[in-house]
Amino acid sequence: MSQFLMPSLGADMEAGTLVEWLKKPGETVARGDIIAVVETQKGAIEIEVFEDGVLSAYLIDLGTKVPVGTPLATIQKLGEANPEAPKEVASEKITPTFAKEPAKAVAKSSPTAVPTAITGPPVRGRQRITPAARRQAAQAGIDLATLAPGPDGIISLADLSAPTDRTRAEQPAPMSGMRTAIAAAMSRSKREIPHYYLAHTVDITVAEKFVTKTNKKRAPEQRLLLGALYLKAVARALAKYPEMNGHFIDGVFHGSKATHIGVATNIRSGGLIAPSIHDVEALELDRLMVGLRDLVARVRAGRFRARELSDATITVTSLGDRGVDLLYGVINPPQVAIVGFGTQVERPWVHKGKIERRQTVTVTLAADHRVSDGHRAALFLNAIGKHLQTPETL
Amino acid sequence: MKASEIEKTLRDELRRIAPDIEIDDIDQGAELREEFDIDSMDFLTLVTALGKRLKLKMPEADYPKMMSFSDMLGYLQNKAG
Repeated sequence: MSQFLMPSLGADMEAGTLVEWLKKPGETVARGDIIAVVETQKGAIEIEVFEDGVLSAYLIDLGTKVPVGTPLATIQKLGEANPEAPKEVASEKITPTFAKEPAKAVAKSSPTAVPTAITGPPVRGRQRITPAARRQAAQAGIDLATLAPGPDGIISLADLSAPTDRTRAEQPAPMSGMRTAIAAAMSRSKREIPHYYLAHTVDITVAEKFVTKTNKKRAPEQRLLLGALYLKAVARALAKYPEMNGHFIDGVFHGSKATHIGVATNIRSGGLIAPSIHDVEALELDRLMVGLRDLVARVRAGRFRARELSDATITVTSLGDRGVDLLYGVINPPQVAIVGFGTQVERPWVHKGKIERRQTVTVTLAADHRVSDGHRAALFLNAIGKHLQTPETL
Repeated sequence: MKASEIEKTLRDELRRIAPDIEIDDIDQGAELREEFDIDSMDFLTLVTALGKRLKLKMPEADYPKMMSFSDMLGYLQNKAG
């Protein structure tokens, strides 16, 4: 028997709210199955199970917000005798207790602790709230405990738009959950990571022609974007400059062999998020493009998977075609580098001894000086540029 | 397909990609990407969806004919009408 825990979905995550179970007690689960959905500051996250077995019991009620590491359910391994009847297990359901000081409760929480609700329903019973209202409240950073339900006893969207006096008094201008998450991660980054910055302008005429030529006879769903070439060029360059790829945790750099590239993606309602595409170095451009489309579609829909939010080994941020010349990123801890692609610009450029019109892009790097130095970083940026000169090999 | 059905298809797909933009409030002659705040991936998603629903090829070489809402509508009506 093992426990299925509230996972950490990034350095800035302290707690999450269980909003949906996708498997029932008694159902068989296999490693990689999505068994629950957790609402975090970053949106709804699908949570995978990491072992094969049978879901034997839920330990947490829907709608409960618990710290990272809290057991959510018990999983009975295959072949393991069930020591307790499911009903008994259910009756032993842990009743969340309520912290007086939310911040302290989070800081003290340990993975083995009895779950402590951070915010949540009043002690007299669980508050009933519609899914739409819950989402809206989470986005607006509204504490559910401060809400008064409608006449039917259920909190709906209408009850959110008419806040009680208490809500207004306590939260004059709440930051959205997303802004709070970005603020926490970026403040930590600027506080802890000694960033250094480099920039390099690259001729991408050949890469652009390659994309145009490839797409010429392709149906829209098969087409490539230049952004996929950028990701692949970064993954290729990382093979030679491993000090840019990995995590810096507790004073130690853990390099990663795999390149899981976090793709910074704008969210329409505000904010951004950088879920990762796994093993970019091993993906052909077409496969990579499928992954990129899928990722962006899910970000737009506000739904990500747990693993892809926490395991990026480097981040790439690209301004696309409506931005400015260059951007310097802020490293997403515990990563150690972020590569930025500015907007592609047509410039007069010396090419083979002649001034020509060429398509160019300025690539930047912000890297962690605890782990790497400018000399190698410059070579890394040069390597990205070189890989973009031979797009057919990407 | 009727011109009005094609317009409805275009509006449907734009709403799917940019649900926060009121189509009646945009400048229909201005650049689609600006008006709907969509990037190259969103634009590709739009072209993919329109191509499938209207059974059009919509080659990349024709992208310059799809710059604004009215350009795009004219292009679609011309090809699928």
